Amino acid sequence: MQVNNEFKPKIIAFCCNWCSYAGADLAGTNRLNYPADVKIIRVPCSCRINPMFILRAFQRGADGVILCGCHPGDCHYTSGNYFARRRMTLLFSMLDYLGIEKERTRVEWVSAAEGAKFAATMNEFVETVTKLGENKRLEDLRCKEN
Amino acid sequence: MQKIGVFVCHCGTNIAGTVDVHAVAEALKEEPGVVFSADYPYMCSEAGQNMIKDAIRDYQLTGAVICSCSPRMHEATFRKAATSAGLNPYLVEIANIREQCSWIHKDMPTATEKAIILGKAAIAKVHLNAPLTAGESPVTKRALVIRGGIAGIQTALDIAEAGFPVDIVEKQPTIGGKMTQLDKTFPTLDCAACILTPKMVDCAQNENIKIYSYSEVTDVKGFVGNFRVTIKRKARYVDETKCTGCGICTEKCPMKKVPNEFNLGMNNRTAVYIPFAQAVPKVATIDPEHCNMLKNGKCGVCAKVCTAGAIDYKQKDEFIEQEYGAIVVATGYNPIKLDRYDEFAYSQSKDVITSLEFERLTNAAGPTSGQLLRPSDGKHPHTIVFVQCVGSRDTSGCGKEYCSKICCMYTAKHAMLTREKYPDTDVYVFYIDVRTPGKNFDEFYRRAVEEYGVHYIKGMVGKVAPRADGTLLVQASDLISNEQLKINADLVVLAAAIEPDKTARPLATMLTASMDTNDFFTEAHPKLRPVESPTAGIFLSGTCQGPKDIPETVSQASAAAAKVIGLLVKDKLTCNPCVAHSDEWMCNGCSSCEKVCPYGAITYSDKEFKMPDRTIAIRRVASVNEAVCQGCGACTVACPSGAMDLKGFSNRQIMAEVDAICK
Repeated sequence: MQVNNEFKPKIIAFCCNWCSYAGADLAGTNRLNYPADVKIIRVPCSCRINPMFILRAFQRGADGVILCGCHPGDCHYTSGNYFARRRMTLLFSMLDYLGIEKERTRVEWVSAAEGAKFAATMNEFVETVTKLGENKRLEDLRCKEN
Repeated sequence: MQKIGVFVCHCGTNIAGTVDVHAVAEALKEEPGVVFSADYPYMCSEAGQNMIKDAIRDYQLTGAVICSCSPRMHEATFRKAATSAGLNPYLVEIANIREQCSWIHKDMPTATEKAIILGKAAIAKVHLNAPLTAGESPVTKRALVIRGGIAGIQTALDIAEAGFPVDIVEKQPTIGGKMTQLDKTFPTLDCAACILTPKMVDCAQNENIKIYSYSEVTDVKGFVGNFRVTIKRKARYVDETKCTGCGICTEKCPMKKVPNEFNLGMNNRTAVYIPFAQAVPKVATIDPEHCNMLKNGKCGVCAKVCTAGAIDYKQKDEFIEQEYGAIVVATGYNPIKLDRYDEFAYSQSKDVITSLEFERLTNAAGPTSGQLLRPSDGKHPHTIVFVQCVGSRDTSGCGKEYCSKICCMYTAKHAMLTREKYPDTDVYVFYIDVRTPGKNFDEFYRRAVEEYGVHYIKGMVGKVAPRADGTLLVQASDLISNEQLKINADLVVLAAAIEPDKTARPLATMLTASMDTNDFFTEAHPKLRPVESPTAGIFLSGTCQGPKDIPETVSQASAAAAKVIGLLVKDKLTCNPCVAHSDEWMCNGCSSCEKVCPYGAITYSDKEFKMPDRTIAIRRVASVNEAVCQGCGACTVACPSGAMDLKGFSNRQIMAEVDAICK
């Protein structure tokens, strides 16, 4: 078994347009390294992230999903990140119930000025998910075929 | 049938250095629907844009994916190019392969693989993009400037000059800000009051400018072009329209022991006061914390002596609501508190002062009428030590990591002026580096050293200890001669770091404008959009955005004004078309979306529906006001029936991206 050495997790990071996506850009501008396993999807606000998207990601074989939004109180749309926080609390406890390790999902607040925090968060998250190994729990076999 | 074009940018070597751009273009050519795929050194250049335009026309493209820098950088550029070639701008998607790929990965195969996946995700999304048309919203032709220091004043004057009404909301009883407290200004040594007070008067006299002094912004609603702002006019217990500013109340007020904040507590004022002689508006204010009449109803002297009958002890805070098209933040700075730097004995000795206190001591309108006297005993100091970088460039966690930018120059000014006025004084300046990057700045600093004989010593002061004879023992190291120095000083002046005003953070929350970790407002782009906040309609003026000297502040203030004028001359603004919309057939009228909408953009109405069995049903359904919706998407997730979706970021689009990445 050489799985652990070879294993490259698939990680999706949902980033809000105003803070975290800009924070990710800043990490790039400052040439701060984090693993290429992280792929970012831009959304207008963390409250745009439907729990369905996360379930879909896990169904399609993602090993980890991280949501990044503005710090509490700093949401561009005033209250969006609060909605996201509440929804994700519920979703995460449901994922836990389904047997998806809770370390595979995370919510982080990253501001537009926190490039270093973005890179550090991603490094740490990838490390955590890599240790957990491949996520098989929610894999939809029908999805595997394509 | 979709016909998608893919355009991969090299960005010189920025992308091509770590991503095999040719391989990306080749790989993406194989994606479904892609009819054209090519790479080019600079997609944003005219030739690059022409390549996109030509491809759109030649291949009748129905969508375009640009693999390039962040959409925050050039999305607008490429959308514009698409529009000019006849493609709806919202059929363009950007795959960010620079900031989020080539710049963070060093290994070419890894980065190339990631770039291909990001490209595939963008292609999957663009398959589902729909052409969108931006709506229009009107512009309220009035600007708000928050705080009236030199930055706010300059911005307001420039906007007013262009013919638009401007309101200045100032927390203090007078406009003028920190600059009113300064004595002379570098590098020309002209007096601050001489150049500032005429501008303050201009503000008061300009018919386009309204000053709300002693007022605060308490609430901001709306969006660019249509802000609704609540301003709290704090009770000053003096009728502004009646007060003539004669000052007789301030002479007769028996409560004379109130620390005078204008002189940083170095002398006292009365409970009813006018901050300084040139205050604008020149109106008295009663300090409710110290006024006996307001505290316990015993006194009333000021009302008796006021010939204009302007004193009104029953005045209440008043809230007014006003509409604005643009908001300029000019909240400025404050020196940091020095309680964490007790090695300099600031709290122990009156003769250890900050540079701003030094300004007051040398100012003719200050507590000593411009005589440089020790605060402890009123004697002339003969040895003065200036300490630079107190709390600036400090990575220990006590102070600020950034450079406060103005201290090197004002210290050179202080040292020079001291030596000029009192040639018998020895002046020492301890510094880490002397930073003089400005027009005529280095010449100014050299004059302090060469002509005025100021002793500049590279090294930091370790400790200041008050001695029994009233002098201060300054222990420091000279890094060039590698010696430990002990100087007996009469006065120690600390160049305290500057930090954003405390009101900036709650204000940023109200404005939904972003801030950095130091509480300075973030600009939309550090180089290309330095006076705009990422939040549309919010502009930045002066030190609220970062440390600045007066010349820089004034240029930025004028730049912000130019941007505001550019906005206010428009009659209509194009709205963001990426807004929510409700599928009325799926909507069950539950009101979940309405409850989470922060803008009140969702309303319900009864509508007639022709049912499949040819009957007519009346159902309560949601509809979105597109001019009000800002496109956050909160409602789309709250909707239990899946009727609500967001244009440009639809459920299907985002899931297509998820699928493409997970493949």
